[in-house]
Amino acid sequence: MIEKKKSGYWLSHLGLCLGVMFIFFPVWLAFVGSTVTQDDIMQPPYPILPGPHLIENYSNALLNIAPEGYDRLSVPVFRMLLNSTIMALGITIGKLVISLLSAFAFVYFKFPGRKTFFWLIFLTLMLPIEVRIVPTYQVAANLGLLNSYAGLIFPLIASATATFLFRQFFLTIPNEMIEAARMDGASPMQFFRDILIPISKTNIAALFVILFVYGFNQYLWPLLITTSSDMQTIVIGLKHMIPTGDDFGHWPTIFSTAMLAMLPPVVIVIAMQKFFVKGLLESDK
Amino acid sequence: MAKINLKNLQKSYGKTKVIHDLSVDIKEGELVVIVGPSGCGKSTLLRMVAGLEDINSGSILIDDKEVNDLEPMERNIAMVFQNYALYPHMTVFQNMSYGLKILKIPKDQINSRVQKAAEILELGELLERRPSQLSGGQRQRVAMGRAIVRDPVAFLFDEPLSNLDAKLRVQMRLEIKKLQTQLKTTSLYVTHDQVEAMTLADRMVVMNEGKVEHVGTPLEVYTKPKTLFTAQFIGSPAMNIVECECKNGEIVLNNGSTLKANTKHQGKANLGLRPEDFSIDDKGSIKLKIELMELIGANTLFHGRLEKNNEPVVVSIPGVLENKYIGKSVGFSFDISKIHLFDINSDQRIN
Repeated sequence: MIEKKKSGYWLSHLGLCLGVMFIFFPVWLAFVGSTVTQDDIMQPPYPILPGPHLIENYSNALLNIAPEGYDRLSVPVFRMLLNSTIMALGITIGKLVISLLSAFAFVYFKFPGRKTFFWLIFLTLMLPIEVRIVPTYQVAANLGLLNSYAGLIFPLIASATATFLFRQFFLTIPNEMIEAARMDGASPMQFFRDILIPISKTNIAALFVILFVYGFNQYLWPLLITTSSDMQTIVIGLKHMIPTGDDFGHWPTIFSTAMLAMLPPVVIVIAMQKFFVKGLLESDK
Repeated sequence: MAKINLKNLQKSYGKTKVIHDLSVDIKEGELVVIVGPSGCGKSTLLRMVAGLEDINSGSILIDDKEVNDLEPMERNIAMVFQNYALYPHMTVFQNMSYGLKILKIPKDQINSRVQKAAEILELGELLERRPSQLSGGQRQRVAMGRAIVRDPVAFLFDEPLSNLDAKLRVQMRLEIKKLQTQLKTTSLYVTHDQVEAMTLADRMVVMNEGKVEHVGTPLEVYTKPKTLFTAQFIGSPAMNIVECECKNGEIVLNNGSTLKANTKHQGKANLGLRPEDFSIDDKGSIKLKIELMELIGANTLFHGRLEKNNEPVVVSIPGVLENKYIGKSVGFSFDISKIHLFDINSDQRIN
């Protein structure tokens, strides 16, 4: 019995390791590509082990130094990363604030048309961003939001999904909780701030990660709203760097940029992980 | 401390009336228990006093001041909830001090008040714990602490013990009683458990279907129930009700047995006989065919049927008795001073 158990243990670990390797392999190849020279990449076979050019490639990417025979990027990777991070943070925080407040209103307040409004919001879940992109562009342009962080952030700030998730979560909080707060003399906003938000911490952390990655990976909207290279996001920058047709791209720099582009989401995931675990351990209402 | 007067309260949800014209006066420092079956409106009544539920008509007076339109906090009342409703992310200290914090009471004063309440409730060492790290009884005590620190004019308890196990319930019951006598704070206590009601109450309010059936001390309610409902609801096992006819001081049961009683009532009535007022007596006028016996410790219960008309009757005899009575016909006599007669139509007490 014990033997069998042990082999099952190793087998499942083997399976998991294989899975991780399978997922991780492309990332590894990109990393290797960011540590070798252009020649190493252009001549088959593609290297499997990292080379010695890591620092050179990454400083090229970050400081926008063009390797010999290639054009400089119009804007340094550093700037694009900053743009993307600001945009993603703006979208994430905006979405969280708006959806928390609207879910709070839907669950705890009675106002005329409450159901109608909720279902209207819920319906927009079914509309992909592409459907409303032309009118949204028109509005943003008229408001003079082109080429600004506000233009990148505000049109993406409402979230039916997050509103819906928070609403469902708030509905599971026992009614006595708000009644106890009322007996304690808490105003609605005090209840929201002192009780509802802390109780929702785990959900907020989880959504933060999902929404940040969503915001960071936006392509179509930033492509439309930004024309000046100063406001370019990293996703668009990467897309521009990848050669099309007869072009030659400098692959070590491209790979370095790709690796750098992964950093902000990875940092967010690692930072938020603590809250997940903590929240899961204390998750009783 | 305050007195609370409920005057002609009415409440309905849509078309269903849940409270019908209810009036109760609660004196200063009194512990009044509201007891009734589930759905009788007792919790709604409590929540109306708390200010968590609107009132359709009538008025609630606290110290002669109408509080109908005041927010819960402005009524200066504290409430203990059935599932405690502690804030899960706050420590015991924070839970207890949250109300004071909102009132913007200075920190050192909050500290001393929480400390004092913690001392009374023996929560001293638990102040830094979170609710999830506490046992049910401890959580219950924190919920009471949260009520005490506010120093309210009245406590409201909404079935505070029903989430605890039987042993803890008895213990907490005593603690609540002790606490209430110590603090002398006017209290309203809602429960469906008649033992809790009998033991805790200075006075109890028996409710049924949104109406008050009986207001009185536990002893009054038990010995002289005003209505048939109260008679059957209070007491375990429940009172036996048998139809009877009163003729010239004699009560004739509907199976023909007679009991001598000095009642002036004439005609039909419902006769209430508490199981514990019977005693085994071969010459007794009440003959039961025993179907089942239950030994419940101090007492033995006889489940029998009246001879001739098969009406079920439960008798409780002190002591441990053998099962030799099962299937036999046994005679019982009844303590005639303890009979209860109820009007056949209005269900009101007659004698």
